[in-house]
Amino acid sequence: MALTAMDIYKQLPKTNCGDCGIPTCLAFAMKLAQGQASLDECPHVTEEAAAALEGSSAPPMATVTIGIGDQALDIGGQTVLFRHEETFHNPCGIAVQVNTSLPEEEMRERITTACSTEFDRVGMIFGLDLIALNDDDGSLPQAAQLATEVSTLPLMLMSDNPGTMRGALEVCGDGRPLIYAAGADNFDEMIALAKEFSSPLAIRGQDLDELYELSEKALDAGIEDLVLDSCAREPATLLQYQTIIQRAAINQKIKPMGFPTIGFITGDDQVAKIISGCELIAKYAGIVVTDLITRDTLLPLITARLNIYTDPQKPIQVESGIYEIGEPDASSPVLITTNFSLTYYTVEADTSAGNIDAWVVVVDTEGTSVLTAWAAEDFTAETIAKTIDECGIEEKVDSKIAVLPGGVAVLSGELEDASGWNVVVGPRESAGIPAFFKTEYAQRIAQY
Amino acid sequence: MPLTIPKERWTAEVQTATIGATKDEGGTRTSTVTIGGEQTLPFLHFEGETPNRPVIAMEVLDEIPTGWPEPLAQHYEDVWGDPAAWARKAVDEFGADLICLRLLSADPDGGDASADQCAETIQSVLEAVGVPLIIWGCGNDDKDNDIMPFCSQAGAGERCILGAATEDNYKTICASALADGHLIINQSPLDINIQKQVNILVTDMGMDLGDIIMYQITGSLGYGVEYAYSILERTRLAALDGDRMLQMPMLSIVGSEAWRVKEAWQPEEEAPEWGPLERRGIIWEIATATLFLHAATDILVMRHPEAVAYVRDHIDEMMSGQPI
Repeated sequence: MALTAMDIYKQLPKTNCGDCGIPTCLAFAMKLAQGQASLDECPHVTEEAAAALEGSSAPPMATVTIGIGDQALDIGGQTVLFRHEETFHNPCGIAVQVNTSLPEEEMRERITTACSTEFDRVGMIFGLDLIALNDDDGSLPQAAQLATEVSTLPLMLMSDNPGTMRGALEVCGDGRPLIYAAGADNFDEMIALAKEFSSPLAIRGQDLDELYELSEKALDAGIEDLVLDSCAREPATLLQYQTIIQRAAINQKIKPMGFPTIGFITGDDQVAKIISGCELIAKYAGIVVTDLITRDTLLPLITARLNIYTDPQKPIQVESGIYEIGEPDASSPVLITTNFSLTYYTVEADTSAGNIDAWVVVVDTEGTSVLTAWAAEDFTAETIAKTIDECGIEEKVDSKIAVLPGGVAVLSGELEDASGWNVVVGPRESAGIPAFFKTEYAQRIAQY
Repeated sequence: MPLTIPKERWTAEVQTATIGATKDEGGTRTSTVTIGGEQTLPFLHFEGETPNRPVIAMEVLDEIPTGWPEPLAQHYEDVWGDPAAWARKAVDEFGADLICLRLLSADPDGGDASADQCAETIQSVLEAVGVPLIIWGCGNDDKDNDIMPFCSQAGAGERCILGAATEDNYKTICASALADGHLIINQSPLDINIQKQVNILVTDMGMDLGDIIMYQITGSLGYGVEYAYSILERTRLAALDGDRMLQMPMLSIVGSEAWRVKEAWQPEEEAPEWGPLERRGIIWEIATATLFLHAATDILVMRHPEAVAYVRDHIDEMMSGQPI
């Protein structure tokens, strides 16, 4: 929670010396609270006061960066327990596990596949985030060598052996891979490696108390980029641990718990693993590690992540106006829809799939779907007519015929009156667009 | 210093609702289902009791479904057109906790089945299975008002759940439920205030809080699941914080929502980036159900038997967890 001006004022010298450029300490405190001034502008603030202010204004959960450059992954930085309270920040990273014992060709192929797995959803591209090299045969350095050559994604190095970990870190240079993990047995060595290579470090505790203690020790040792593993692998325990860690970090501001967590997908088969993955994504994991690699199993996980991490206050929107699908000309149909990006991109995908060249007129409904916008009176004969009028679609086509989503067929009469266009009622579901244009459309417009 | 476990001090718990009535209770059900009663958020055993597990209702249509993708249709082709046989299969083979009978054939734009026909269907399903029933109208308000009194009567004393009362249409269904001893589904769009309003309207008519199930339009993975997810969470938080008018158990429609999205049915030839079709629908239904479970739903209405089996296993796992 942000500090109030009064909280800050109490920590200031209260001399009103004006050396910070602001006449009074209270006014300076107010600027600080609004984020318009920085504490170092006060030359007289005591070290204790500075520490207190910095400590309590720090975000409750650190943001940890793995890797470097364009593909670096930021995780953590959460501020709420429930997404509706604000939003979940930094979508959790999905790491694909690659065992080092795999034959080189297979390893290469698996890494390449993971790096190139991408899905186009709501007009954006989503993919995987990390390659987790699991040292199951002591060959982590060699695997890391291969991965640094092949992978475009940052690495997570999984070994309990500080010796092989060092070898792999040397290969990675200053690439900031995630070191997994420091436990009670190898703690000092792993801490030393994290320091030496400036790499983020996962801490593994056999239970929450051990996790807490180790995290505290790591903080004392000066490591600030931590990732927490509670070792819970069973869904019921995992949910409780994840909730406790998140509450400790956000509600109680317990510093050793104020880091993103890492969770491992479990399950007897690929389908069961989806359940585990959805639980981890919904319940606060900063990194989700999986051995799933097929597109039909990764698609739901990536979609679940997109959904859970969508900002609830800002539905993803497209701009209102005219969109072209295919190569529309003056005789192409005009489709009407809303600017909720899920709605628009569904229409776009279905229209393209039907090989239909069309104009799409997108009405600003503040990012809501057709029926929601209709119920909220953001998608009415008036708003649609206004958009048709203002977007200039009239100049692009020969005949004034608009296709209205079937769900709001009830608006067609009013819309004809308000816009002066002829209105054809289209399918209820966007998926019906190809069939609609194949079978019905020509007949329906024949009368105009 | 060990970690202090951060527990919330909730002031209230979710209403408990029992569906179905056995012979001793004036019905003919061989089993009943009790839901609700949670004292904490889903499965947080360290914080409070979750006395009743979430349950799975399987959907039975009273007409032959159109457009069901093959991976789903293959399990029902032998029984569809015969709701009693369908229900029996759902219970005996697939282990449904309840049957959700959807009277789609009553739709005036479709089969336009009469009230008597619907009542007969209900009778036959009640005779075919021993589990409790959800009886859901066709969604056309006028027609549902015509048939619901007869449907309700057909199941009198069985403590079915009747669906659905809405802000604009609740009186007939509510009066029927009251007269024949049923529970009711209060449906609203994704809006907590409207949900609360329906709950108030229905309780004003004399409905017990323990006889109400809330249903706020669901959505599916990739298509609005996040709205439903947050509405479920917010509603449950309000319940635990003491808002009596939001303390009823919640229902989520999963099967029909998941199977209508393209990811569940579009063949690999048309959508190569999504991988083989075979498991996609099942996975979609499972992922959607999992998110709802963790957002606090009490009844999942599902379709695919394999999806049901996986989700049931997950509920088992979550319920068998120990407080830590």
